[in-house]
Amino acid sequence: MTTDTTTNTPEAAAVPPPGASPARTRATHGHRRLLTRRDRFTLALMAGVPTILHVLLVWVTAIASIFLAFTTWDGIGFDSIKWVGLDNFKQLFNDNPQFWPAVQHNVIWFVVLILIPTPLGLFLAVQLDKRIRFSRVYQTVFFLPVVISMACIGFVWQLVYNPDTGLINSIIGANKPGHYIDWIGDPHLNLWAVLIAASWRHTGYMMILYLAGLKSVDPSLREASALDGANEWQTFKSVIFPTLRPTNTVVLVVTIIEALRAFDLVFVFNKGAQGTELLSILVTNNIIGESSRIGYGSAIAVVLLVISLAVIIPYLIATFRKERRA
Amino acid sequence: MSSTTVPLKRRAPIRPARVLLHVFLAGTALAWLAPLLWAIFSALRPYSETSAKGYVSWPDKLTFENFTNAFKQSDMLHYFGNTLVIAVPAVLLTLFLSSCVAFYVARFDFRLNLALLLVFTAGNLLPQQVIITPLYRLYLLTNLPGITQSGKLYDSALGLVLIHVAFQSGFCAFVLSNYMRSLPHELTEAALVDGASVWRLYWQITLPLCKPAMAALATLLSIWIYNDFFWALVLISTGENMPITSALNNLSGQYFTDPNLVAAGSLLTAIPTLVVYFALQRQFVSGLTLGSNKG
Repeated sequence: MTTDTTTNTPEAAAVPPPGASPARTRATHGHRRLLTRRDRFTLALMAGVPTILHVLLVWVTAIASIFLAFTTWDGIGFDSIKWVGLDNFKQLFNDNPQFWPAVQHNVIWFVVLILIPTPLGLFLAVQLDKRIRFSRVYQTVFFLPVVISMACIGFVWQLVYNPDTGLINSIIGANKPGHYIDWIGDPHLNLWAVLIAASWRHTGYMMILYLAGLKSVDPSLREASALDGANEWQTFKSVIFPTLRPTNTVVLVVTIIEALRAFDLVFVFNKGAQGTELLSILVTNNIIGESSRIGYGSAIAVVLLVISLAVIIPYLIATFRKERRA
Repeated sequence: MSSTTVPLKRRAPIRPARVLLHVFLAGTALAWLAPLLWAIFSALRPYSETSAKGYVSWPDKLTFENFTNAFKQSDMLHYFGNTLVIAVPAVLLTLFLSSCVAFYVARFDFRLNLALLLVFTAGNLLPQQVIITPLYRLYLLTNLPGITQSGKLYDSALGLVLIHVAFQSGFCAFVLSNYMRSLPHELTEAALVDGASVWRLYWQITLPLCKPAMAALATLLSIWIYNDFFWALVLISTGENMPITSALNNLSGQYFTDPNLVAAGSLLTAIPTLVVYFALQRQFVSGLTLGSNKG
């Protein structure tokens, strides 16, 4: 685990040695003078081609989503695009029976992920960081779900939840007609059933992030704390946990984004039918379903975009500001 | 396990707390594996037996028949091939293009650098569904007669490669630019004074030094792109053209009538990523933590 790359967290890598910055600015000014015309052309291509591809497919489409959200369009020919103002949003907020449940489920998704798998991942990371025997074996087991595709996880958990043949019902004897517990079909149960599968995966992911964070904790802090006679819990609470602040920020952002992105698992489970609606599912149903309402689908996407940016922008500003200061 | 052969003498005396911890960890690990073990167990049993005796029962017979049947019946090899055609160029192109951007951002102090990196990084954090509606339209509108089989970007491997590259290069550019910034400046500076071109600085000096980061990212990207479900689901319309992960979703409805076969099929799709993971675990984990801003 202690490869040289593990210690290179973005934060650590982004900070050059303190004394280096004046020399660096001088050097880069030197660079600029040395660049030939051909070099400038090469550089323009090197930065330009990827930027065009990324901006065209990601940002132009994101902005197009915003534009289309204020229109209706059947997708046939550009002249059928009609400006309708806020109509799509009004309909969405007032008349769509799936919209508010979807928002609520996205929120529940986040709350559950941050309250259960995240602390569990942290707990496992702290235990496995103690250099105990079989640590690698345990780590491998807990990471495993992170490597498998969400779609595949969906299939595997369906085998667990299936009313007739599934593991849970077979064990508790609820697999006989009339006694079914329909984990996937029942709108009061299915969200929680999916969330167990999602948490199963998320725990391992959080554990990786926290293990990396713990690796960068200065060992002398622990020693000092032990010398002061602090017990394990006191050391963790007052010494280790505060140093994990950068990791906690990343964990928070990752968890919000995961909650907004949730899709594959639910789609494989029951296509987001009653009880498991999510914003991502509503957008997708507008494309692959029978009714292709482009403006309406885009309006849902815009809601998703606004929530995402509200998280992404402050996070990136904080991250990049730190880099600039360094 | 090699760790059991570590001399016991040097270890601290066995404390009850440690024993308790191991009991807890072993129990949790077992619970963690349970869904996968259950899938394997189901996949190894013939349908006739489980339908007669129920799923929770002592097996009379364990066979690999479900695996071979799932593999043959659903023409899985074909879908694995589709994935390969998408994933290999996508991983290579992403690494190449993002390292170009990273080099530009990390090695030169142009005014727009930070903004550029911000655009890339933020783009990668967006949920895919934010951009899918216009992207889908764009793919339908882009005519490429003779270049792709469908004559459009839609329903083609090229289309999937492009969106994978565009989307993932955000993450890779961020990680690689941080990595490149940590390399000593003197290396490229000396070469530049000696009259080396920018391309040489990138290709012959900077890139070889980035091998560890590139290896980590390559592992991560292969797993992510292999596991992609969403892009293929929306941007590919012909079942035949789908990569393996999304093809399985179609297959489970069309061909697979019994859960044992579905279990076998899904486990088969997981094998390649598991192989990559077990072989390159170190790269995978370090990749995830290199740029831990990834959703």
